[in-house]
Amino acid sequence: MLSISKKKYFLSLVFILFGAFSIRAQDKKENSTNTGNTKSEIKEYINHHVLDSYDFDLLSYTKADESKVYVGVPLPIILWDGGLVIFSSSNFNHGESLAQFGEKYYKLYHGKIYKTDSSGKISYDIKQHVLNKAPLDFSITKGVVSIIFVSIIMFVLFRNLANSYKKNGMIANGLGRFFEPIVLYVRDEIAIPNIGIKYYKRYMSYLLTLFFFIWFCNMIGLTPLGINVTGNIAVTFCLALLTFIITNVTGKKEYWKHIFWAPGVPLPMKFLLAPIELLGVLIKPFSLMIRLYANISAGHIVMMTLISMIFIFRNWVGSSMSFMLAFFISIIEILVALLQAYIFTILSALYFGFAVEEQDH
Amino acid sequence: MEIPAIVGGGLIVIGVGIGVGGIGRGAMEAIGRQPEAYGKIQTAMLIGIAFVEGIGFAAMFVL
Repeated sequence: MLSISKKKYFLSLVFILFGAFSIRAQDKKENSTNTGNTKSEIKEYINHHVLDSYDFDLLSYTKADESKVYVGVPLPIILWDGGLVIFSSSNFNHGESLAQFGEKYYKLYHGKIYKTDSSGKISYDIKQHVLNKAPLDFSITKGVVSIIFVSIIMFVLFRNLANSYKKNGMIANGLGRFFEPIVLYVRDEIAIPNIGIKYYKRYMSYLLTLFFFIWFCNMIGLTPLGINVTGNIAVTFCLALLTFIITNVTGKKEYWKHIFWAPGVPLPMKFLLAPIELLGVLIKPFSLMIRLYANISAGHIVMMTLISMIFIFRNWVGSSMSFMLAFFISIIEILVALLQAYIFTILSALYFGFAVEEQDH
Repeated sequence: MEIPAIVGGGLIVIGVGIGVGGIGRGAMEAIGRQPEAYGKIQTAMLIGIAFVEGIGFAAMFVL
């Protein structure tokens, strides 16, 4: 028995990948129930990480007596249900107990808050959709906390940067030395070439905010805090909506003319192009939204999966391999964090450029 | 016989891989021809890659 496993280890050193899989198969045979359990647990864990939550949990573990312990901070829950309802998310006990507020009862079910009676019954229709009413949810969730955190960091950082110019006579100091070239890059490489020297100034504040907000949010997504802000479609939707509004509000005559009455094409084509162009107005911010959301979510899922593989392999070959892969992907993700911020900003600048473009006939 | 969804995942990866590879090759050839336009070509390349990648991710989320 020992010699077989030794042989296998030798083989796995030669064909690392092949070997790792074969050992995994052997492991599965020994305790198949345990592996299946681990797999579903990992799936749940990754899902839990990617979604927003009502508690700021740093870690959780199971005690010897099968009770789960969570280490983290509960966050306030703010609901509108015929009146303002505020209570701490610790009342939910991670979905294990009902929260009571006056005469009303609420239950956390699959990451959503539903109104229930005092017994906490959740009723379904035929397709397993929950029939219980969901109150309007304005809770300070994990994502909201991180957005507030990033906003405060950005405000303090860039106020200091701006003030340091006043004090030192146009020379940045401290962290400003690091951020000044990036600000200049956004101006000289993103805003001016795409929008044009004439109009770029009025978009600069938005573009800078967008760039640094997305970058910082992506970066705190890579910390062990496990926050997934820009991988939340609601956040990217709002960012894309802002770009959409700014593009169309500041759009000049030429921009609208291009959409409804494309110049330089035969008359029947003009009627054909108008609906397509109009659709394009909506597709542009939609693709912005999907791109950022999908890239960051996929990055998080890949990273979590690679880290979780350690617990599936449970031997030193597979584990060290998945560790190295996870490390590699983490470095790639740092690049992606910057790249996605850059792409969102440059595409926004491109759309603003279309909006203020002037034809030189 | 039903084709498993993961086959679609493989097709997505093949398609996106060919797309990104083509963009990278085009950009490298362009840089080789005109090394002084490196910055501009790189920007255009990144935007192109972002579009292809976006389609790939969108398909992956439908999966």
